[in-house]
Parts: sequence; structure tokens; C-alpha cells
Amino acid sequence: MISLVKRPEPSRVFSLAAPLLAVLATFVFGGLLFAALGKDPFLAIRTIFWEPLFGEFAFYYRPQLLIKGAPLVLVAIGLSLGFKAGIWNIGAEGQYIMGALFGAGAGLAFYPAQSVFIFPLMVLAGAFGGWIWAMIPAVLRVKFGTNEILVSLMLVYVAEQFLASMSLGLLKNPEGFGFPGSRNLQQYASAHNAELIAGTGMHWGVVAALIAVIFAYVLLARHRLGFAIRVTGDAPRAARFSGVNPTRLVLFCLGTSGLLAGLAGMFEVAGPSGQVTIDFNVGYGFTAIIVAFLGRLHPVGILLAGGLMALTYIGGDIAQSKLGLPAAAIQVFQGMLLFFLLAFDLFTNYRPRIGRAEVA
Amino acid sequence: MTFTKLLASAALVAGMATAAFADGDDKTKLGFVFVGPVGDGGWTYEHNVARLAVEEEFGDKVETVFVESVAEGPDSERVMTQMALDGADLIFTTSFGYMDPTINVAAKFPDVKFEHATGYKRADNVSTYGARFYEGRAVQGHIAGKMTKSNTVGYIGSYPIPEVIRGINSAFIHARKANPDVQFKIVWAYTWFDPAKEADAAKVLIEQGADVILQHTDSTAPQAAAQEAGNVITFGQASDMAQYAPKPRVSSIIDNWAPYYIERTKAVMDGTWESKDTWGGIGTGMVGIGDITDAVPADVKAEAEALRDSIGSGEYQPFTGPLKKKDGSDWLAEGENPDDQALLQMNFYVEGIQDDIPQ
Repeated sequence: MISLVKRPEPSRVFSLAAPLLAVLATFVFGGLLFAALGKDPFLAIRTIFWEPLFGEFAFYYRPQLLIKGAPLVLVAIGLSLGFKAGIWNIGAEGQYIMGALFGAGAGLAFYPAQSVFIFPLMVLAGAFGGWIWAMIPAVLRVKFGTNEILVSLMLVYVAEQFLASMSLGLLKNPEGFGFPGSRNLQQYASAHNAELIAGTGMHWGVVAALIAVIFAYVLLARHRLGFAIRVTGDAPRAARFSGVNPTRLVLFCLGTSGLLAGLAGMFEVAGPSGQVTIDFNVGYGFTAIIVAFLGRLHPVGILLAGGLMALTYIGGDIAQSKLGLPAAAIQVFQGMLLFFLLAFDLFTNYRPRIGRAEVA
Repeated sequence: MTFTKLLASAALVAGMATAAFADGDDKTKLGFVFVGPVGDGGWTYEHNVARLAVEEEFGDKVETVFVESVAEGPDSERVMTQMALDGADLIFTTSFGYMDPTINVAAKFPDVKFEHATGYKRADNVSTYGARFYEGRAVQGHIAGKMTKSNTVGYIGSYPIPEVIRGINSAFIHARKANPDVQFKIVWAYTWFDPAKEADAAKVLIEQGADVILQHTDSTAPQAAAQEAGNVITFGQASDMAQYAPKPRVSSIIDNWAPYYIERTKAVMDGTWESKDTWGGIGTGMVGIGDITDAVPADVKAEAEALRDSIGSGEYQPFTGPLKKKDGSDWLAEGENPDDQALLQMNFYVEGIQDDIPQ
């Protein structure tokens, strides 16, 4: 019989090894899945993980990794602060949408005027949009004790309705023949979040994601507020005694994650996407939750995890097109990654014991 | 900003030119970008059927690749670029939302041909194609008007874009002709394919008294919901959905893309491909009306088939005046037909629809 015994101390080794073991297990079981579908498992895994980085057309895919990974990292960094403190913002998708709407709205308000001030203003507006949307669950929680998980999640659907309404109404391109969707910001130089260095995929959103990683690292390692976040997550009662103000912490964590999600949405709408459309959001806000956990809620880990997720998306599309793998198989493969991570995570706090459970 | 842009395009073109050379074989390679899964039983399913028909037609002279469930936006742009890099000669992008991405990618690959479904932006290497689904909607509207007992017809809209609004108007006009008391209830799902949302929409409409459901979304979920509810009839959308016949599915609109895909592939092989806009209907066979089942009384069936044939022969146009817009203003005078431009940009309901287009 196998039983689980709680470790006296969480295992540091396992905490670091779990993601690697999860990736390995995903390779093995994903490979079996691909083999069962009649595809060469080595070729499939090679296509997903190798092709985008070192394949023939890596010059195109590497920049795409930054474009796909940046919003994931930016959102996940914000989420990780709250998750560490036990504050669960599940509605980053909504904050991402609101950031995009505020950002695009601020830019389009000046169309067709050209000015260097428009883009910075859009950045501020985007950050504000995400922040204010996250403040709704934050204020409701500190004032009325509502559950921020539910409120933030429900607000995603409200934000989606706003998005549809804006694409069909206020922000609709007047020259779009009645079709929904805003003007394309890529064709509005002052508002375009263009690549900073041509052909690298490096746009302001990527820069912001890197800054956020550094900022979060310093905050958690060096700053008093970072200490408050960590201690609240580990031992809420102890945190109370050591003078942490829970109200301030909720407002800070939800506000920051909303702000970063809003920025991600704004950079996306002004750059790679270009347009406010009804289905502008493609799930970055939800995927970022996976990225945050895959990265162990650690800034550097999140950076790596964001890259890994982006890789599976891009490589997955290549595998679909080149090998004829169905999209569902790729999604199962991505799901396996999180599943195995959570499974191996168990061993951070528990160790397996084979044999009969001892009588205490 | 201009300088970096210039550099960007130079770098890309240089990289992509070498990529194009790398493609040495003489097979014609086709790429398909799909918005839903190929097993959706509707829109994407039919595009995939046409892809297979192209393979059947040309055998080993063609090679086809596809990527399914591609989100509209930067993801689709990446998938198209990837296909072009991998040496595709012709790429079909089969959803309205792929319009700007298609134009962007086409500009970077002048030697690759693109075919964008249901859009209106063209370039030297981008054609557009679509089908006059509204012709089929007229037939459905007629059957719906005759068959409804509650005088309430439910309509599941995807997005309030002209293509969908055209369908609603056409169905409504012909339902009213068949039954002056009929009312339409319209629910917007804001998705092309989401079985859960589509089923919810169908249930809401049925609860509100609709006993006929028309859908402009791609899955069979509304059919299943209608079957469960009992006395509700539906129409197959994009594909025949014959597994729900004879009831709830009493007829269908079938998208038949295969002849067009074969024709365009042939044009690429012969070097005669040119950018153009194609809008086929019942007459050209791009829109098919699925078998009308015995759940429909014989006289109604005969009328519906006569309507289908008169549209197919060009004798009758579904939008024929006198027609007024919902706000009461005149649209078409007696006997007048709108031109294609007016049809393509239709963004109003006709008189009688008790609803507003979402703004």
C-alpha cells in the first residue's frame, strides 16, 4: 500500500524539481498520445519544442515567442503577487479587455492627430482601465467581505459584453462598411505599439513584461510589502500580529494585477492585434493563471513558464499544420503539463511511503 | 518609426525570399486556416470536406495542410505566415475575422495566393469569396412562417455583421409573407462555434415560446436542444446536419465550397489565378438546400421548393421591393432589387422585426 506522509518542512528539492518532472512526464505521456494517433512521437515533440527555436524558420518564430509570451508573463506576474498572499484574482481576462478598451479608446479619441504624447497616454489609460476593473472586486471584498474569486470571474463576462458593445458602437470604424471592429491602430502611427527593433518581435509590451519581472523580484526579495505578501500567504495569523494591514494588501495585490493585465491588453490591441474586435481576447488572462503556477509564483519562474507556454502554442500550431495533429491533441498536451505539475507538487509537502501505514 | 518599419519589411522580405526558394518540389501546396474544429458538423466541417475534394480531384499533384480552431487576430496571422513559409502556394482563410491578418500576410508574400472567405478587402494576391446564404434563408423563412404554431421564430445570431443581418432579414421577409403574424426573437451568441453557448441560446428561445429555431452558428448543439424540447423544428446550418432529420431538422443550408476550391487550385496550377470576388448562390450551386423532410406538409414543401427553384433560376430575388427599413423609411421601391454593394453592407433590419441590432 502507498500512503502519503506530510513532510515536516516543504521539500526545496521537490519544489524546484516538480516543473522539470512535469515537463518530462508530459513528454512521455504526450508522446504516447501522439503515437496512439499514429504520429511519430519524437517528431511531434521535436516539432513543438525544437522547430520554433532552432528550425528552418526560427527567424520568424523566435520573435513570435516574445509576442505570444509577453502578455502571459505580464499578466502572470501580477497574479502571482496576489496568489502568494492568498488573494485570488481569476478575472485577469476581464481586466485585460478593459485595459485594451481604455487604451484603444484614448488613442482613437485623437484620431487622426499625430503626436508623441498619444502613445504614453494610451499606456496610462490602459493601466487605469485594468486597475479600475480589478478595484471592483477589491473594494467589494474589503467593504463587504465578498468573494473576490467569484466577483472577478463574473466581471470577465461583463467586460466581454463591453467589448462587444464597443466593437459594434462607440469604437466602430466609421470606414468599416458597417462591420464591427475599431480602426486598425497599426495604421495609426502615433498609437501603434510597433516593434522597437525591426524583426525582433520586441515591442513595448515585451519591455514592460521584463520590467515587471524585475520589479516583482525586487519587491518580493527586498521590500517590506513583499515580506507582507509572503507572510500573509504562509501564515495569515502571524501576518496580522506582525502588523500587516490586510485591507491595504488586498487593494494592492488586486490593483497591481489588474493594472498589469490592463497594460498587457493595451499593448496587445495597439500592437500585434491592432484592432478592438468582438473576440479580441483569446484567453491570455486565464492561461496566465497556469503560467503563474507553472512558474512557482516566482518572477523568474514565470518568465520561463511564459516562454514555455508560448512555445507549446506556436509549436502546437506548427505540429497541426506539418503533421496533421488535431488541435484537441495539442490542447490535451498543454493540459497534461498543468496536470502533472499539480500532481508532482503534492510531493513538495508530502512524501510517499510504500508499505503499511504505521499506527501512531 | 518609418525607418524601423522599413528595416522590418526589408528583413522579413529577405528572410522570406530565401524561404520561398527552399520550396523545391512541384506539388501545389494548399493551406487552410479554420476558425473551428473540423468536426464541428457545420461551417468548418464543410470547408474541410471541400479540402478533401481538392485532394481527391488532383491526387498527388496537391498537398494540403490545415490548422483548426485558430483564433481571429495575431494567432491567425502567425499560422498563415507559417504556412506561407512552409511553401504553401494557395491559402484559404475561412473566417470573416481573418480579413486584416490575411491582408497583412499577403503583403509579405507576394508570390503566395490567398483566398479569404466572406470578407471585402482584396489585394493583387488576395481574392474574396462568399455565398449568398440569404437565398437559402428565404426558403427557411417560408417554411418557418408556415410551420410555426406559436407565431414565434427564434434566431441564433453569431455576430451582428452584414452577412448575418442579411440572413435574418431574408428569413423574416419570407416568414411574414407566409404568415403575417409571425414574430422573430433574436439572440446573439457572439461566437461562431461554442456548443454550450449555442445550446443555451436555443433553450432561452424555446422557453420564450419559439417553436422554430434558425441558427447562424456552426455547431449542432441547437439541434440537440430542439430535439430534447420536442415540438421544435430547426434547420441545418452550413452543413446538412442530417443526423437530426426528419425532425427537428426539417431542411438545411449546405455550403458547397468544393467546386470553387477545385477551380481556384486549378487556376494556381495553370498560372491563371487572378484576384477577384466571387459570390455564389443557389444558382451556381454554392448554396444548397438540404432535403425537406416529411415533417413538413407536402404543400409547404412544394412551395418551398418552388421558391428555391425560382431563386436558383434568377427569376426571383429574395430582396425585392416594396420594402421598408425598420425605422419606417423607404428602402426599395416596387419591384426594385438592391445591388451587391448594398447587400454587402446591410446593417439595418427590415420593417416588422421587433428588435434592435446591438450597438
